[in-house]
Amino acid sequence: MARIKVIEEKCTGCGACVDACPFGAIRVEEMAVIDEEKCTLCGACVEACPLGALELEEVVRTGMDTSKYRGVWVFAEQRHGKVSGVAYELLNVGRRLADDLGEKLTAVVFGPIGEDAVRELIYRGADRVLWADDERLAQFHDDTYAGVLAEMAQAERPEIILCGATSIGRSFFPKAAAKLGTGLTADCTGLEIDKERRLLVQTRPAFGGNIMATILTPDHRPQMATVRHKVMKEAPRQEGREGEVVKWSPRPENLASRTTLVEFVEEVEETVNLADADIIVSGGRGLGGPENFALIRELAMLLGGAVGASRAAVDAGWIPYSHQVGQTGRTVSPKLYIACGISGAIQHLVGMQSSDVIVAINKDPEAPIFKVATFGIVGDLFEVVPALIERLKRRKG
Amino acid sequence: MDIVVCIKQVPETTEVKIDPQTKTLVREGIPGIVNPFDMYAIEEGLRLKERYGGKVKVLTMGPPQAEDALREALAMGADEAVLLSDKALAGSDTLATSYALSMAVRKLGYDLVICGKQAVDGDTAQVGPEMAEHLGVPFVAWVRKVEEVSDGKIKVQRLMDDGYEVLEMPLPALITVVKEINEPRLPSLRGKMRARKAQIPVWTVEDIGADPSRVGLEGSPTQVVRVFTPERRAGGEILQGEPEEVADKLVEKLEAMGVI
Amino acid sequence: MPNYFLTEEQMMIRDLARQIAEEKVKPVRAELDEKEEFPWEIVRILAQADLFRVWVPEEYGGLGGGTLELCLATEELSRACAGVAVTYAGSALGGTPILLFGNEEQKEKYLPPLASGEKLAAFALTEPDAGSDAAAISTTAEKVEGGYVLNGTKQWITNGGEAEIYVVIAMTDKTKGARGASAFIVEKGWEGFGFGKKERKMGIRASATRELIFQDCFVPKENLLGREGMGFIVAMRTFDRTRPGIGAQSVGIAQGALDEALAYAHQRHQFGRPISSFQAIQHMLADMATQIEAARALVYYAARLIDSGEKDISKISAMAKLFASDVAMRVTTDAVQIFGGYGYMREYPVEKMMRDAKITQIYEGTNQIMRNIIAGELIKELASRR
Repeated sequence: MARIKVIEEKCTGCGACVDACPFGAIRVEEMAVIDEEKCTLCGACVEACPLGALELEEVVRTGMDTSKYRGVWVFAEQRHGKVSGVAYELLNVGRRLADDLGEKLTAVVFGPIGEDAVRELIYRGADRVLWADDERLAQFHDDTYAGVLAEMAQAERPEIILCGATSIGRSFFPKAAAKLGTGLTADCTGLEIDKERRLLVQTRPAFGGNIMATILTPDHRPQMATVRHKVMKEAPRQEGREGEVVKWSPRPENLASRTTLVEFVEEVEETVNLADADIIVSGGRGLGGPENFALIRELAMLLGGAVGASRAAVDAGWIPYSHQVGQTGRTVSPKLYIACGISGAIQHLVGMQSSDVIVAINKDPEAPIFKVATFGIVGDLFEVVPALIERLKRRKG
Repeated sequence: MDIVVCIKQVPETTEVKIDPQTKTLVREGIPGIVNPFDMYAIEEGLRLKERYGGKVKVLTMGPPQAEDALREALAMGADEAVLLSDKALAGSDTLATSYALSMAVRKLGYDLVICGKQAVDGDTAQVGPEMAEHLGVPFVAWVRKVEEVSDGKIKVQRLMDDGYEVLEMPLPALITVVKEINEPRLPSLRGKMRARKAQIPVWTVEDIGADPSRVGLEGSPTQVVRVFTPERRAGGEILQGEPEEVADKLVEKLEAMGVI
Repeated sequence: MPNYFLTEEQMMIRDLARQIAEEKVKPVRAELDEKEEFPWEIVRILAQADLFRVWVPEEYGGLGGGTLELCLATEELSRACAGVAVTYAGSALGGTPILLFGNEEQKEKYLPPLASGEKLAAFALTEPDAGSDAAAISTTAEKVEGGYVLNGTKQWITNGGEAEIYVVIAMTDKTKGARGASAFIVEKGWEGFGFGKKERKMGIRASATRELIFQDCFVPKENLLGREGMGFIVAMRTFDRTRPGIGAQSVGIAQGALDEALAYAHQRHQFGRPISSFQAIQHMLADMATQIEAARALVYYAARLIDSGEKDISKISAMAKLFASDVAMRVTTDAVQIFGGYGYMREYPVEKMMRDAKITQIYEGTNQIMRNIIAGELIKELASRR
C-alpha cells in the first residue's frame, strides 16, 4: 500500500512538513511522524521538505501500453450550431502541445455545424478535424457526447484530449474519462509537455485557489483535461491554412440518449457579460448594502464596463450570483478591473488577478487586494468613487 | 423512493491562510464542514422525500472524522448514514473515488443519487458524472430544479451558461445540484439529538466488494506531483491625496496606459 | 467565553440559536427594524429548529428544559436582534402561566402547538391606566352561564395580533382589588376579541406590540386559568420565572454591541493607528466586557435556581433583570460612543442596539419596580429572622 516514507537518516525534525500538510497529518517526535489515518498522500510534504527526507513510496499502477497513443485532440464545443470561443483557446494550447510532441492536432466537433465552421477550426490551427456530422448530436446530451467521444478515442488512440471547462465540458468529459478508464484533470490553468517523459503536465488551482497542484497521468491514455475558459488566449486565425476533414459515423448505440430535452429556456443577462467585458467594476462587502451598487453601476456605465461582485456581496443577497467574480463565480481577465470595497479574499483574487490593470479602492490599508493592485487607493469608497465619477463625467464633457 | 446523497467533508477553505514566512498553508485547527454544495444535495433529497416519500441515505468516503459530516446530515433529517472508510482508499483520485462510491451506492440500493456539483477543496466536479458512468445510469449535472418525479421518470432543469434546459430521464438516475436549487434547512434540536446517538456503520473496500486494484493510489490514473503556492502579482503604486486629487491621478494614469 | 458548565444539550441549544442568529437574523435585522415588520419567516425557522420546544415538558411535545435553556436561546437571538428575541421569548411568557397553573386539559390543548412553534402565545396584563400598578386593571370578566364575558382594553401586548393564544388578566370581582383578578386563556378569532392599533416603537421594532380589545367576549369556564381570584398570583409567579429571560435578552444585546464595538475599534484607524490601541477605548471595552460577564453570571444563576425548584425566586429574578438591563443600556451607549459619528448612523448596527436596550429597563416591571421587589424581599427576610 502506498504511503509517505520518512527517510530516517535525512529527517532532522525541522517541522517544515508539519506546516505544509494541508490535512494536519504530520507531527514531529524527534522525526516527522505521519498519521496515516489523516494522510491523503497529496505529496505537499514531499515538496516542502528542504532535506529530501520524505518520499511518496512508488506504487505499481495497472497502466496501459502508452506507446500506442499518439496525437493531441481538442474538443470543439458548439452550442446552437455555433462553435464556442473556448474551442479557439483550446486550439491555441493544443497547437503548442502538439508541436512540442511533434504530433498532429485534431479538433473533434459534433453536430451539423456547416463546412465553414469546420474550416475555421483549421484556420485556427487544427491539422485535422474529426467531425461527427449527425443531427442527433446537435443538442448536447451526456450519453451521446461521452459515448461518441469514447468511441472515437478507442479507435484512434490520441495521447491527449482537451475540453473546455464549461457547463457542457465539465458534465460529459468526466463520463467519457470514466468510460475510457483514464485520468482527468479538472479546470486546468496551465498545460505543458514534459518532453523527456512525453507527459502532459497539468496545473490547476485547488483549495479555493490557495494552492496550485501539478498533476500527471503517467500510465494511462489518453491524458484528459478540462481547461478553464478565458485563461488562455484564442488561437490566431490563419486564413487559407490547410487541413484534413474526416467525417465520423458514430455507432448507433452511441447516438441514443436516455435523457430527452423537453425545452430550452434562454436567459439573457441584462448587463454586459462578465467574461467578455474589457472593463469590470466590482463591489464588495465595503458597499454596506444593495442600494450602494448604484454607485458601482454608474461607474461601470461611464466606462462602458460590466458590474462584478465579490462573494461576500453575493452571499449577502445584494446582487445576483451571475455577477460573482472568483473561484466559485466567474474567472475574468479584463483590461481594467476596479475593485471597490473588496478586501481581496484569495478566492476572489484567483478569479481576477490575470486582469491587465487592477485598481483597488479600500479603506483598510492591510487589505490583501492591494497586494495585486496596479494602483491602490486607501480611502472611503463613498468619497473616492463619486470623485472618480465626477472626473470621468468631465472627461466625457 | 430511495435517495442516496453523496457528501464530502472539506476544510473551511475561506479560513485557509498562507504563512508569509514559510509560504505554506496554515491549517491549524481548521474545522471540517460539510461541503457547501452538498448541503443543497441533502436538502433536495429531504424535499423529494417529503414530496414523494421514501428514504434519504447519506454516504461519504473519507477518514474516520468524516463521520461528523454524516451526523450533520442526520441532524437535518436524513434517515441513514454510511461511512466508507478504509486506508486502502487513501490517495484516490476522482476515478477511483467515483468507483468506490458507486460500489457503496449499489450496496445501499437507490432510485436516485444526488451529489453537490463539486467539492470546494478539489473543485473538480468530476465524481458525480464519473459515478453515473460506473453505475450505468443516466445523469444530469447542474440541476437547478427538480420539476417532478412520476412514472419512473424524473424531470429536471439544467443550468447552462446561456439559460436552462428542461430534461427528462428514467430512474434510477443521478443528478448533481447547483446552489440555485434550494435553501438548505438548518438542523433541528431533535435532529441533532438523534444524530448524536445514531450508529453509523463503517464500510471497507471489502464490504462493498470493490476491486482493490481500482481504488486508492493504485487505482488512480492521475498523480499529484507538486503542490505549491500560486505566484501573486506584485503590488503596485498607492495613490495618495484627497479624493478629487486621487481621481485625477488615476484617470491620467489609466489614460496614459490606454485602458480607458 | 466561559462555558458556565453547560450540558451538551444546553450547548447544542446555544449553538443552534447562534447559528440561526448569524445566518438568518443578522442579514435581515436592519430591514425588519426599518419596516417594523413582524418576523414570521424567522419564527418559522425557529419552529423548524425546535427552539420553541426548549422550555416545554416532554409530555407536551417539548424537550423538557427550563428557564436556563430558554435564556440561552433568547440571549443568542438578542445578540443579533432583540426584536426577534422578544417575539420568541414573548411566546414563552404567554405559555408559562399555562404551564404553571393550567389543568391537564388546558396543558394538553395549548402547550403542544406552542412547543412546535405552530402557534405563538402572548401575555396580557398591562392597560392604559394600569402599568406598574397592576392591581389597577379595569378589564372585567363577568360570570355568566357556562363561563365569563370579558370587556376592556389591554395595551402594549407583545405578539398582540400575531399570537393565537392569549393569557389575559381581568377582574372577576372589582371590590377585592388585587385579589379580585383572574386569568383566562383566550384564543384569537373568538367573537368580541379584536385588536387595536399596532404601536410604533423606539426599539424592538420587528416585534408586534398591540392593543387587545374585548367587547362582550365570551370565554368558556374551561378557560379560566387556576381559580377565580388568582389572577394576580398567576401574573407575579409568571414574571418571577420569566424575568431572567429579560436579563438574558439584555446580556445578548450587550454582547452583540461589544462584538461590534470590538471589531470596529480594531478596524478603525485614527492618528495612524487602530483606535483599539488607545487606552481610553481599551478601558471602555474592558468595562463593557466585565459588566456583561457579571450580568450573564447572575442571569444564569437565577435561571438555574428557578430550574432547581427553589420557591423563593422573586428577589434573584428581579436582580437578574435589573442588573442585566442596566448593563445593556450602559454597554450599548458606550458601543455607540466607540463608533463615534458612525455609531449614530443607521448604517451601523449599534444605534439599533441602543434603542433596543432601553425597553429592557422598562418592560416586565420597570427597574424601579424591580428595586421595590428586591427591597421588599430584603425587609421580609430581616423580619423573618427576628
